[in-house]
Amino acid sequence: MAHTEEIPQVKVLPPDTAKIKKLWRVAGILALVTIAEFAVAFNIPHEYKDLRIWTFILMTIVKAGYIVGEFMHLRYEVKVLFWSILIPMIFVVWMLVAFVYEGISIFEVRQ
Amino acid sequence: MANPAQVTVPAPGRSVWDGGVSPMNASYGKLMMWFFLLSDAFTFSALLITYGLVRSAHPAYTGKVEDFVFSQQYWPIPEKVFDAVPFFHGLEAPLVFVGLMTFILIMSSVTMVLAVEAGHRMDRKAVEKWMLWTILGGITFLSCQAWEWTHFIIGTEEGSLLQDGTRIFGANLRINQYGPPDFAAFFFFITGFHGFHVFSGVLLNFLVYYNTVTGVYDRRGHYEMVEKVGLYWHFVDLVWVFVFTFFYLV
Repeated sequence: MAHTEEIPQVKVLPPDTAKIKKLWRVAGILALVTIAEFAVAFNIPHEYKDLRIWTFILMTIVKAGYIVGEFMHLRYEVKVLFWSILIPMIFVVWMLVAFVYEGISIFEVRQ
Repeated sequence: MANPAQVTVPAPGRSVWDGGVSPMNASYGKLMMWFFLLSDAFTFSALLITYGLVRSAHPAYTGKVEDFVFSQQYWPIPEKVFDAVPFFHGLEAPLVFVGLMTFILIMSSVTMVLAVEAGHRMDRKAVEKWMLWTILGGITFLSCQAWEWTHFIIGTEEGSLLQDGTRIFGANLRINQYGPPDFAAFFFFITGFHGFHVFSGVLLNFLVYYNTVTGVYDRRGHYEMVEKVGLYWHFVDLVWVFVFTFFYLV
């Protein structure tokens, strides 16, 4: 019975201030990159399409790196686990390249 | 659980992969969460890449950005579609509301990671506090998304004039005032699928909060469940980072 069960005396450790400070710093970096994305969206004209797209992709990868590496702690996991997650993502990159190329070809055929 | 001192030294003639030890140094639950998230990443990638395929197969808008009008002939500029903010009717504020949603989700990811940190220290009160903030962030995000969907479905006052002279307003799975119908279909599917993940995440977060309050994890002796659900919650945030870039910015 849950209500009759004694909750064992749990030893609560003090907050790890260095770690918490680091987490807030990562949060600050993520916020800054998002603000930078807005700066690019409104200051680089749409005529520079490729420059815009590649800056966005680069900043997205930076953000993803911080979220997966620090928040999800993958950077500190064993190398085998790290690469088991990262290597399959190569297929996704290839799929992206192949399908966008395919889309451009469909566009050209339709012309 | 075997004694860590024993598991680091495998028996002679046996490899570390022959069982009995954890070669990836992560618990079964955490490992399976990682592999589930990898498969989920494939699903989301497939959706976003299909968006890229269909978008590049459509003509792009080539005129000046200032003169942009909605048309079925070309793919719309996303910032011209998502430029409304609640309570500021008629104000053109491209991407401001989506930016706010992004910020809310990133902040809820931060509070989640603080809950995980508190869980490592067995600090029940702190876990409760940060889990509540995380749940609040998730619900706020979902509410924002509900508003955005409503706005997208109802449409703008002017609507969009079709070639046969009819005027259409808003978007559903058949018509779309903002551009080709595919654009609306992808909006509903991608943000809808992500929104459903956020919704499931809020439910899981609530479950973790409930178990924390009732002392389940104190009795269990560890707060690993916070970590596992935390992984899922960060993943939801991660997907939004990509949706934000590839659906709203590019």
